[in-house]
Amino acid sequence: MNKIFIIIKREYLSRVKKKSFIVMTILGPLLMAALMILPYYVTKLDSEQKVIEVLDETGIYYKMGSNETIKFNYIYTDLETAIAGFDGDKSTALLYIPKPDMIEPTNAILYYSDKQPGNTVTSYIKDKMKYIYENRKLMELYGIDKKQIDDAKVRISINSQNIETGETNLPIATTILGIFAGFLIYFAIFMYGNQVMRGVIEEKTSRIVEIIVSSVKPFQLLLGKIIGIALVGLTQFMLWIVLTLTLVGVFQLSVGSKNMVSKQQTEMVQQGKVLLPENTTSAPVQDYDDENIRTLIKSFGDYNYTLIVFSFFFFFLFGYLLYAALFAAIGSAVDNEADTQQFMLPITIPLILAFILAQPIIENPQGPIAFWFSVIPLTSPIVMMIRIPFGVPAYELVLSMALLVLGFLACTWLAAKIYRTGILMYGKKISYRELWKWLKY
Amino acid sequence: MNLLETRNITKRFANHVALTRVSISVPEQSIFGLLGPNGAGKTTLIRIINMITGPDEGEVFLNGEKLKKNHIVHIGYLPEERGLYKKMKVGEQAVYLAQLRGLSYSDAIRKLKYWFEKFELMGWWNRKVEELSKGMQQKIQFIVTVLHEPKLLIFDEPFSGFDPINASLIKDEIIRLRNNGATVVFSTHNMASVEELCDDIALINKSNKILEGKVNEIKYSFRSYSYQVEISGTDTLLKEKLDKNFQVCDETLQDGLLKAKIKILNNRTTNDMLSALMPHGTIHALHEIVPTMNDIFIAKVNADINQNHSSSGLTE
Repeated sequence: MNKIFIIIKREYLSRVKKKSFIVMTILGPLLMAALMILPYYVTKLDSEQKVIEVLDETGIYYKMGSNETIKFNYIYTDLETAIAGFDGDKSTALLYIPKPDMIEPTNAILYYSDKQPGNTVTSYIKDKMKYIYENRKLMELYGIDKKQIDDAKVRISINSQNIETGETNLPIATTILGIFAGFLIYFAIFMYGNQVMRGVIEEKTSRIVEIIVSSVKPFQLLLGKIIGIALVGLTQFMLWIVLTLTLVGVFQLSVGSKNMVSKQQTEMVQQGKVLLPENTTSAPVQDYDDENIRTLIKSFGDYNYTLIVFSFFFFFLFGYLLYAALFAAIGSAVDNEADTQQFMLPITIPLILAFILAQPIIENPQGPIAFWFSVIPLTSPIVMMIRIPFGVPAYELVLSMALLVLGFLACTWLAAKIYRTGILMYGKKISYRELWKWLKY
Repeated sequence: MNLLETRNITKRFANHVALTRVSISVPEQSIFGLLGPNGAGKTTLIRIINMITGPDEGEVFLNGEKLKKNHIVHIGYLPEERGLYKKMKVGEQAVYLAQLRGLSYSDAIRKLKYWFEKFELMGWWNRKVEELSKGMQQKIQFIVTVLHEPKLLIFDEPFSGFDPINASLIKDEIIRLRNNGATVVFSTHNMASVEELCDDIALINKSNKILEGKVNEIKYSFRSYSYQVEISGTDTLLKEKLDKNFQVCDETLQDGLLKAKIKILNNRTTNDMLSALMPHGTIHALHEIVPTMNDIFIAKVNADINQNHSSSGLTE
């Protein structure tokens, strides 16, 4: 027991003291924060105004409002002159709306020279044209005035609420939370499992294992290594959580104030009537998005985080332990890292499968796929974490946990058999048949 | 009193038998050489003694007691394939290995300081192992093997990778450890070191022990009663002069000095040979040609192989 502790201590300290650990610990939250913050800035960067020249033969679409990203520039010539005079550097595209004889004027062509306008541009134009033509029809054909039209527009939003706990949340928030937790587990198992494997290979190829096994049992060495690295993982996660929360907190403070500024600006702009009055469509959309995000953020606060965090650590720990034993067995069977490939496949498949199944599981979090894969030990750490935010019956959770612990014990038992033979075997290409023999020793 | 005994150890692997009923007895406070060609089963036997693997049949006794897990503190083992963590600091690593062998932190530090100074390694304490030469790493491995002062020391090929100076340093240490009460078992192909160091040997070939005993006795039993003689004052070869009880070979006569190798036959003694020689000149030198361990090793292993061949030939 005492010797295992000595091994754990070495495995833990030698990794925690490494520069790469410190770098990763600091970089992780930065990357994570960057991942969350970057899209915000990327859209900002991308917001350079695109100019769309409009040649409208119908005379209907003259009031398409510009916004920060798209500016409509009306020209009044014929198509040929317009195309000849089109300058790809100044304008993104030329929107040609022909006047049809028989059908409704709802078709248009977007001419471009070198760069094809993106989806945002096309859908923005489409929305605008649709809005204008619909309004026009409503007003002219059916005699409904504009106020009534605007009044008739509604937005529907659906929240779900748990009857027992009273939690309300958006399905999207639940999905994000589940996928995020599942991904973290997936990532952690691979990362720390690989560390275990590399550690075993290092000990084997440097032959220090020969010296060590004369004083401790191979199983003690295996266990010490796995536990030591588990503690490294837990340390890293704790630090990541603390650092990420700090970073996000700082960011939220700064963005919160920014949002206030932009809101003030919009109000000022609206009051000053700088923008065209037709720009009404973009305003509600903006509001809607804002509100959406606010609900989203708000609904992240509504989960049973005690359960989620507890399950996360449980499934991380035992999922890791189970896979680490397998990774160690692989490490012991090969002479160098390049040879691990052939044995990695059976380990990788359940992990990747669990992740591929995320989609059907989210669509039906209580269905048979979700149930079975969240109780089978090889996939349960990931799949169960995806399911938990959707709510999982207690007995399923307990079953899954119990099976995972059993799975861990079984895997470690098997892995130890391979390990103790493998670490003292050199210069031999090991096949699956060989591994099978080792299991039977 | 034998410190270590193995009784009828048999070990089979999937495709071959590594040891067949091997029994060896290692007397206390002696140096025991475990000899044999590559793949004979030496390392397997050593691993069984170290409880790294278990025997399929047979038992190991340490100090008269059946070997059990807590005996491991009484054994120091230097494996043949040995290494260290390359990225770890020398001192830290030595302390770690010493702790794994059951020493407390402070004991480990104290004893390591003594040995590091003795082997002039103190300046390397805080360096990484990868910066050390192979010889220095070997010294560190040797130190951590003997550090906890075990009763039984097992060295698998201890001299491989050492230059002659360090090899003799290690040899001296092994002898000193024996004189201080330790019992040493080592396996080697280096027959010269066997003659220098070993009190007893066992020879293993193809999983079987084919020879065991005191080095002197083995050598004596393998003597061929051949003598090297040097005589002056004769101008004819001895071959014609001696009777059929003395077989002369490799005879040279140069500048009046005759050198010859004589084998005594028919239970004649050295004295008989001397009296046969005396009339023919002045005897300058006479010494028995004792077989080296190398000769014995080769002769014995080849004989074993031939025997196996003929016996397998018979059964087929």
